[in-house]
Amino acid sequence: MNKARSISAMVALPIVLVLLWWVATLGNSNPFIPKPVALLTDLWETWANSRFLEHVVPSIVRLLSGLSIAIVGGIVLGVLIGSNLTVRKIMGPILEFVRAIPPPVLLPVLMMVIGIGDETKVFLIALGCLWPVLLNTVDGVRSVDPVLRDTTSSYNIGGLTRLRFFLLPAALPRIVTGVRLSLPIALILMVASEMYAATNGLGFSIIYFQRTFQNGPMWAGVVVLGLVGIIMALAFRWFERRILSWYYAQRELETSG
Amino acid sequence: METTIEEPASATGILAPQRASFHDNPWSTPLLGAIGVVAFMGVWELAPRIGLVNSDYLPPFSVVMVQLVSLLADPVFWEALGDTMLSWLIGVAISLSAGAAIGLIIGSSEALIRYTTSTIEFLRPIPSVALIPIAIVLFGINSTATVFVIVWACFWVILVHVMSGIDDVDPVAESTARSYGLGWAWRARFVTFPTALPFLMTGLRLCGTIALVVGITIELVVGTPGLGELIATSQSAGNVSTVYALALLTGVLGLAINYGMKFIENRALHWHPSVRSEQPA
Repeated sequence: MNKARSISAMVALPIVLVLLWWVATLGNSNPFIPKPVALLTDLWETWANSRFLEHVVPSIVRLLSGLSIAIVGGIVLGVLIGSNLTVRKIMGPILEFVRAIPPPVLLPVLMMVIGIGDETKVFLIALGCLWPVLLNTVDGVRSVDPVLRDTTSSYNIGGLTRLRFFLLPAALPRIVTGVRLSLPIALILMVASEMYAATNGLGFSIIYFQRTFQNGPMWAGVVVLGLVGIIMALAFRWFERRILSWYYAQRELETSG
Repeated sequence: METTIEEPASATGILAPQRASFHDNPWSTPLLGAIGVVAFMGVWELAPRIGLVNSDYLPPFSVVMVQLVSLLADPVFWEALGDTMLSWLIGVAISLSAGAAIGLIIGSSEALIRYTTSTIEFLRPIPSVALIPIAIVLFGINSTATVFVIVWACFWVILVHVMSGIDDVDPVAESTARSYGLGWAWRARFVTFPTALPFLMTGLRLCGTIALVVGITIELVVGTPGLGELIATSQSAGNVSTVYALALLTGVLGLAINYGMKFIENRALHWHPSVRSEQPA
């Protein structure tokens, strides 16, 4: 009973919206406005074939490679910068400024330096996503519990052991926050770089359909892109719950006790 | 100015710096920060000069700076900046008012929250850039398209922040206000509003940055008027140093927006503990 109610609450509004959309476009012949049924057929006919392999998969590969480089690089640099006060103070203003540059601006710059291949797109995604991860790692490392820090020093725990069992777990919640912030940036940069200069990819296909006035496939492409965004958000939420379950449990204890 | 914070040192007449731990351990100090900046400029200046990188692709820092100064004297730059900032301002204003109003309505009702959560969680992760072609089809290549995409990107951020702000209202405070016979409007003014305001301000600050990134992206990709378009045309015309100068200037713009938003936030929340404790007494 309860479950049925929560499911009905979940699907009620989407159903109403789709019905409204269907009724509102019933007699409409404007080619620019999509209709629900036509959109579904377009989605199936345009994307559920080799185009998926040719254009969606390369995009995802670029996105994930750029993101992985950013996460690894951001954590490594963040730990280095965060654990050394002098380095942090020297780098502070530069980091602050570079972070303030909107990442898409780097697209033309990188294209001049590296060219328009896949490396440019991966590098751009990595560069744009690096800052949220890096800055959050630095903040996470510098805000570790001072008692724990002194304890590890007293026990003469250093080097990799300190990193593995003290610094990284302590900074992990902030690192995860940084990764969460970098997900939408990665998507924006992936699509923007493909729309700007590319021969394949999701962004390229969508802008190609738009320029050749194939509105049905274009709308279907937008839906595919939206689904990619939603799946990424869900996957990340699942991952976050798993990797930080100990942290949430601890916080709950602290706030309730 | 604020003398409410107890300061033991001032009792003895010695002005010892009593600061929050945040200020003991700042991101930077003027001297070391300046060393970092100078070193960065030095590397940028030298790398192309000694042939480490091709100066056709990365001109020396001084060349870029000369170009930057001449851009500042160029009305074309100011026009592009004006276009970008106008789209930014309109986009943020629409998202703020629509997001706050709708967030307030949905957030105040349990039933509305239950019935809209799935839709909001479905629509929110749709990347704003996905809407670029739709905006072009609907509005053409102009600033309205830019505003449309900015509103899509920012609206959800404001909405979600306002909703979690209203959710954060202390039930004891709310019941107390009810017991004292405060009506709906008074409770909204003295209970809900002060609780939700910090959340709204965080959302607004995030939006400032998001709107700039998204706005520049659409200008760059499809050429709606603004700084992004200017960068794209400079790049295709091969004005390498102009591209770098514009990239630096958008960085300055980004910084200005960050600090401006931070300032507005501190002003609006000057009474809030999180802001008061940050001030070095």
